[in-house]
Amino acid sequence: MSFHSSFTYRKVVDRGMAAVCAICFVAAFIPLVSVLWLVISKGAAGLSWAFFTELPKPVGEEGGGIGNALVGTLYMVGLACLIGLPLGVGAGVYLAEKGDGTVGNTVRFMAEVLSGVPSIVIGIVAYALVVIPMGHFSAWAGAVALAILMIPTLARASEELVRLVPGSLREASLALGVPNWRTSLRVIIRTALGGIVTACLLAVARAAGETAPLLFTALNNQYWNVNPSAPTASLTVAIFNYAISPYDDWHAKAWTASLVLLIVVGLLNIASRVLTRNRLKGAR
Amino acid sequence: MTPAAPAQAMSPEKPAPPTPVVAQQPPLVPGTETPFKVEVQDLNVYFRANHAIRHVSLGVIPQTVLAVIGPSGCGKSTFIRALNRMHDLVPGARVEGKVFVDGRDLYARGIDPVLLRRRVGMVFQRPNPFPTMSIFENVAAGLTLNGIGGNHAEIVERCLRQAALWDEVKDRLRHAGTSLSGGQQQRLCIARALAVEPEVLLMDEPASALDPIATAKIEELIHELKEKYTIIIVTHSMQQAARVSDNTAFFYLGELIEMGPTAQIFTNPRERRTEDYVTGKFG
Repeated sequence: MSFHSSFTYRKVVDRGMAAVCAICFVAAFIPLVSVLWLVISKGAAGLSWAFFTELPKPVGEEGGGIGNALVGTLYMVGLACLIGLPLGVGAGVYLAEKGDGTVGNTVRFMAEVLSGVPSIVIGIVAYALVVIPMGHFSAWAGAVALAILMIPTLARASEELVRLVPGSLREASLALGVPNWRTSLRVIIRTALGGIVTACLLAVARAAGETAPLLFTALNNQYWNVNPSAPTASLTVAIFNYAISPYDDWHAKAWTASLVLLIVVGLLNIASRVLTRNRLKGAR
Repeated sequence: MTPAAPAQAMSPEKPAPPTPVVAQQPPLVPGTETPFKVEVQDLNVYFRANHAIRHVSLGVIPQTVLAVIGPSGCGKSTFIRALNRMHDLVPGARVEGKVFVDGRDLYARGIDPVLLRRRVGMVFQRPNPFPTMSIFENVAAGLTLNGIGGNHAEIVERCLRQAALWDEVKDRLRHAGTSLSGGQQQRLCIARALAVEPEVLLMDEPASALDPIATAKIEELIHELKEKYTIIIVTHSMQQAARVSDNTAFFYLGELIEMGPTAQIFTNPRERRTEDYVTGKFG
C-alpha cells in the first residue's frame, strides 16, 4: 500500500484541515467579538432610562439622552418600510413568477447594479429627488433614501426565495383546481414567506444602521419630531455627530448610542428567527 | 358520477393478478355515442418543434383502471398531463386534438381549465404535500384554497379513510404534512386529490418513489378507489400494471402502439413491439 492512501496519511490530512478551518473560524470571530466587547464596555455605563427618553442636552450639562434620535430612526425606517417593502418584495415576486422575458431581465440587471451602488450615492440621489424640490431636509427624504437602499437587495432575495419553492407544489395546487393567481399567492408565496420575512427584517436592520444616506436627507434635529416634512434625528447621525465632537462626555454618548443601535439591530434579527419558526409539529 | 355505461355491466370482479382478465376492449377510434368516461381523439402534444405525442386515440370506461406503460421518454407522463391541461403552463407546449370527459371537449373554446381540474384530479410521481400546512390543512387545501365551504372535518376524515391513512394520522392532524413518511405523504396527496371530489383520477407513477410495502398499500388503494373513480395510472413497472389495471395502453416514441385488456397485452399482444417490451427485450 502506498503512503498516499495509507490510513495514517489520511488521518493527518484530516486533522490538519480541521485545524485550518478552526483557525479561520477564530480569525473571523475575533473582530465580531472585539466590536461587541468594545461597544458594550464603553457604552453600557451610559445606559439609563433617561438616555432612552430624554432629549440631548448642550455640551457641559449632565444627563440628557437620545430619545429623539431613537424615535427618529424607528420612524424613518418605518416610513422606508412603507415604501420599500412592498416595492422590493413585489418586484421580487414579479421577477420569479413572470420575469423570464426581456423586461424581467432588464429589471433583474438594474436591481443587481443598484444593489452595488454605495449608500452615499443613494443619499445624493434622494437629495436631488426630494430635498431640492421640497427646499429643505426632511424625514421623507431620509425614508426615500433608505427605501431605495432596501429595494434592490430585497427584490433579489425575494426572487430567489420564491424560485426555491418546488414547482411540484404549484402543480399540486393547480391540479386541485386552484386558479393560477391564488396558487401564486396562497401556495407559492406562502411557502416562501418565512424566508421573505427574514429578508425584510435583514433589509430593515441594514437600513437602520445606515448613516451616509441620512446625512444630507434627514439631517438632524435637536428636538422631538414626528412631522415627516421636517428634519429628523437618527441614531446613526447622532453617533456620527457625537463621535466627531471634541467633548469626552459626547464621546461616551456616542458609545452608548452605538450600543442602543446594536440592540435594535439585534432585536430585529432575533425577531426574524422567532417569526419564521415553523408553527407545525414535526416540521422539517 | 354518471351511471355506468352498458359495457360496464360486463366488467368482471377484479381477480387475483395471475388469473387472466377478460376485460372488454374499447374500440381505438370510438364513435360519438360512447360508453367512455374519458375519450381521446387524435391527440398531439408538441414542445416547440418536438412532436412528443403523436395521434393518440383511446377511451376509458367508467370505474376502470387504465395503465399506461412504455419505456422512459415514450410520452406516458406527457399524455396524462394533457388530460387535465397541465401543459397550459409549460412555455412552448402546444396540444392538438380532442379530449372528452363525459362528452365535453377539454380543449374546446370557453372551457375553464381551473374548473376542469377539479373534476380530473392528479397524483404526482413524488409526494408533494404543502410544507406550510398541517395534515388536516393539506387534505382540506382544495376546499380552502377554492373557498368551498362545508364540513371540512367530515370531508377530511372521509378522504383520509378512503386513502387508508386515517388510522395512522387521526391523532396528529395538526402535525406538518411533511412530517409523514414518503408512503404516508403519497396517501396524503391522494386524500387531498379526493377532497375536491374528482371523477377521474390521474396518477403519474404514484409509487415510483416508494418502498414495496408503501407501494402495496397504494395498489390496494387503487383497487378500492376504482369503485368510485375512473383511474388512469402511468407506471414504470409492468408488474404493477398487471396487478392494478383492467386495460393497458403501451406507448412507444410518443405513439400509442397497442391498447387492450391487461391480460391480453401481457400474454398475447398483437404488436411485435409490445411483446418485445413486456417480455423485457427492451425498455
